[in-house]
Amino acid sequence: MSFLLSRLLSALVVMFGVATLVFLLIHLVPGDPVEVMLGESARPADRELLRHSLGLDQPVQVQLVQFYQNLLRGDLGQSLHSQRPIADMIGERIGSTAILAGAALLCAILIAVPLGMLAAVKKDTWADYGAMGFSLLGVSIPNFWLGPMLILVFALHLGWVPVSGSDSWTALILPAVTLGTSMAAILSRMVRSSMLEVMGEDHIRTARAKGLSTGRILLHHALRNAMLPVLTILGLQLGVLLGGAVITETIFAWPGIGSLLVDSIMRRDYPVVQGCVLLIALIYVTVNTLTDILYAQVDPRVTLK
Amino acid sequence: MSLRNVPLRVSIPLLVLLVWVGVVLLVPVLPLDPESINLQRILQGPQWTGWLGYDDLGRSVLDRVVEGGQTSLIVALLVVGITALTGTFIGLVSGYVGGVVDLLIMRIVDVFLAFPGILLAIALAAVLGPGIDNVVFALSVVGWVGYARLARAQVLSLKSRDHVAAAVALGVGRIPLMLRHLLPLMMAPLIVEATFGFASVVIAEAGLSFLGLGVQPPEASWGSMIRDGARYLLMAPHLVIAPGIALMLVVLCVNLLGDSLRDALDVRATPSRNE
Repeated sequence: MSFLLSRLLSALVVMFGVATLVFLLIHLVPGDPVEVMLGESARPADRELLRHSLGLDQPVQVQLVQFYQNLLRGDLGQSLHSQRPIADMIGERIGSTAILAGAALLCAILIAVPLGMLAAVKKDTWADYGAMGFSLLGVSIPNFWLGPMLILVFALHLGWVPVSGSDSWTALILPAVTLGTSMAAILSRMVRSSMLEVMGEDHIRTARAKGLSTGRILLHHALRNAMLPVLTILGLQLGVLLGGAVITETIFAWPGIGSLLVDSIMRRDYPVVQGCVLLIALIYVTVNTLTDILYAQVDPRVTLK
Repeated sequence: MSLRNVPLRVSIPLLVLLVWVGVVLLVPVLPLDPESINLQRILQGPQWTGWLGYDDLGRSVLDRVVEGGQTSLIVALLVVGITALTGTFIGLVSGYVGGVVDLLIMRIVDVFLAFPGILLAIALAAVLGPGIDNVVFALSVVGWVGYARLARAQVLSLKSRDHVAAAVALGVGRIPLMLRHLLPLMMAPLIVEATFGFASVVIAEAGLSFLGLGVQPPEASWGSMIRDGARYLLMAPHLVIAPGIALMLVVLCVNLLGDSLRDALDVRATPSRNE
């Protein structure tokens, strides 16, 4: 119980720090942020209006307190571009990002688990080298190159899937593969090393001695135990997935938080940029905290300190 | 060890990276013209006069890939240099001094780690405005954290060793102790981390440039070339393929060398944070 409390408490501290850092972002804009956002041709009256509505005419500490208060009420401010509440804009798009991240995760697991198992079972053979070669390639190909290459082959030349958008479920395939590949590469390495470790344990030898089939041993006795360390990596990687979604959504014009972030950067709509960054980071902290807690629950060997 | 004994998985990546560095060093004397516009050659594919073809303004893709390689190398060297030095120093102090200082530094590290992948770098580059100096700044602000954590963990495990106690007993000051008695023993994992860090900085710089937050036109970066080329994907795929292959090759080779280094220096695997 004290583990749970201390974990939640430290997550809260981190979230507080994240919010502060995101708040400070707008003060890093070189020169006058209002002028940067509105452009040089803006009328002085409009500038003062924006300065006032962003609270930039007040001392920094007052702004910070105001920022925390608004945040606790779920108020992320207004978009300069569309004048709409940022929380609403993010709310409309968060579902799309969740679908994309979920599909990418599924894609990564479907590739990584069989591949990692194959590499472990056929250790030091060509199958192993091939699987690990794929893994190395997977972490070395950036998603902003893999995406256009997949579009070129599967959308433009073969015409199997649409180039971009989110109108049909087939439009989800390429973004999910693009986003999931690097995760699949990292996961398959984890599955391999984890499987190798488990396969050397006594209970596997016992199962073999009992005359169980290799398939049964792999699935029921080895994979289950091997998945535990993989689970923790999955939690960490989900965050990386959220970060990668920013670029992937941009490539495929996928209407999620990532493309909202990039569009807002181009429009210099900094309050929206702040909102998106803050939300993605908060999701990441939450997922990591949950993974930690879940891991301690699932594996009785993890000492609760 | 003679050159013949070097395994292929080390010699080939090393060769590729040496070619990269060599070409970048030769840029001042090479007859390159990455910014000259030739409207007759718009979107032409690879040919004898231009091995990698021409882009949407008729500029030589080969020359621009070389220029992009220069951008990439400079940014990666700067960022890895800055982050490895500051991160190691912060981690060293945090681990050795301990107490409130350690607690405070580790909380700051946690906050930085709460931003997945290059998200914080994107946000920083976005508010600072585009430009190569801002890219170096953004990636440095984000990158020191990994080294700090690693250095701190190393110090914590080394601190109780006998030779440190002996040095303290002999009256060695704090700073010489950290630099001469702790730092040399921490180098192996830090070098491995820096190697993988180099690969992720190369990808991150290209990623920021892909989003339009890196080098500004007409200067070239592999990332901005991929972004600009993506508009002509069907007509002129070489615009995207060429910089992408260069980027992938460099990252792949650095990662391969990192793997070999890790095995050679016998460093336990550290989970990397590249995207």
